[in-house]
Amino acid sequence: MSMAADTTRVERPPAPPKPWTRTRIIGWLLVAFWALAGLGFVIYLYNAWNIDLVQKYGPRYWSGLKTTIVLVGLSLLAGALLSVPVALARLSRNPVVNGIAYAYVYFFRGTPLLAQAFLVYYGIGQFSAELKAIGLWGFFRDAWNCAFFAFTLNTAAYQAEILRGAIQSVPKGQWEGADALGIRRWYTFLRIILPQALIVALRPYGNEIILMIKGSAIVAIITVYDLMGETRRAYSRTFDFQTYLWAAVIYLLIVETLRNIWDLIEKRLTRHLKR
Amino acid sequence: MDKVAILLSWGDQGWADEIASGVVVTVALALATLPFGMLLGFFIALAKQSREPSLRLAANIYTTIFRGLPELLTLFLVYFGVQIGLTQALKAIGFSEGIEVNSFAAGMFALGVVFSSYASEVFLSAFRGIPQGQYEGGFAVGLSSGQTMRLVVLPQLIRIALPGLANLWLVLLKDTALVSVVGLSDILRQTGIAARVSKEAFLFYGIACLLYLVLAMISSIGISAIERRAARGNAR
Repeated sequence: MSMAADTTRVERPPAPPKPWTRTRIIGWLLVAFWALAGLGFVIYLYNAWNIDLVQKYGPRYWSGLKTTIVLVGLSLLAGALLSVPVALARLSRNPVVNGIAYAYVYFFRGTPLLAQAFLVYYGIGQFSAELKAIGLWGFFRDAWNCAFFAFTLNTAAYQAEILRGAIQSVPKGQWEGADALGIRRWYTFLRIILPQALIVALRPYGNEIILMIKGSAIVAIITVYDLMGETRRAYSRTFDFQTYLWAAVIYLLIVETLRNIWDLIEKRLTRHLKR
Repeated sequence: MDKVAILLSWGDQGWADEIASGVVVTVALALATLPFGMLLGFFIALAKQSREPSLRLAANIYTTIFRGLPELLTLFLVYFGVQIGLTQALKAIGFSEGIEVNSFAAGMFALGVVFSSYASEVFLSAFRGIPQGQYEGGFAVGLSSGQTMRLVVLPQLIRIALPGLANLWLVLLKDTALVSVVGLSDILRQTGIAARVSKEAFLFYGIACLLYLVLAMISSIGISAIERRAARGNAR
């Protein structure tokens, strides 16, 4: 019985070999290019490895990295706090309040972060006498504080738009349903609207964090020694190109790590939406 | 107030002519980067939605790198990297003079590369918005795959991708400010010089911000005109 079954079994024909089409050749050529570029990169860094350089500049890169992370983290937090009233003002039906909030958001989203940093760092210095009178000069004298101030205002504008879009994306029926149950407006907002809005806002918030980390590199130009600032200083002393390559590796690692962490968070928080 | 009027006048005493030339440079850089970045971005999007895994891998490596690096760092890598590379190449063939890379070209290349990696995402999601039937229809009437792409898919693709590309254009306009750091005489550099010479930093950097805002507003008007034109086939 089984013998008969064996003899009648038909061999599955082998899969036809994939033809070397033009796209396939181009694709593998490009992959080979990246592989060679990566190999060249590693060989360059291996040959350029200089223990004196690493011992001298390694700790400085580390302190620069800490400056970047602290600066971005604090401005994101302060920006998040500031973005709430701005977003509420953007949602308000009062044309004056709405107009002011709109102008604020439009200004900070429409101009380069670098120009904003210059405006704060160099521009506010012009009013040192007035600032001394109200006791704020100590704050604005320091480049780090100026960067923090500019970043906070900038990210608050972006985060306000994220928040506003997310709140508006929650269907009106959610408000009406809560009203029908006699739930107070604030409670409705906090416990019904906001949780649904934050799920929508999750991805844009992640993008904003990454944008801020990348954008923070410009503080090097207003003499804050963040990762980019330390890199520039190291380059201007050694004229060794590997200083920039190390910075690129570090930035890439931070951004990729954050992106993956954010993907995990999103997967976890939206697991009830999976079908 | 008179002092401000003199500072902002046209000619030897004022800075208006210098700043105006900066505006021209900023707009020229953004306009020069746009076609380069869009074309590159389109091909990367094609590679990303290809059925060939190696092509997808190569395109994904590209976008991961250039979306992960700060724009300023990309610019420095291009500017100093090309400078060092060219100097060493020239040394190898006997020239010993160092050379200076044109900051406009370096900026155009660096911003174009960044633009293309973001544009590829926009094009990719636009590709997903085009039903398979459009390709099948194109093949059914006897068009080659190139013709189908050019005559059937591309016109629809651009319409879908337009809002995303418009956003990227506004980002590009702002990113050109970074090139002032490597010495391009754009808005920010010219107003910076004016600020240093006249000691009126707040005024001049404020003007720089306002000029960027004006450019953004003009762009928005232009973009909505293009969008209306692109949507005229949808009008009923």
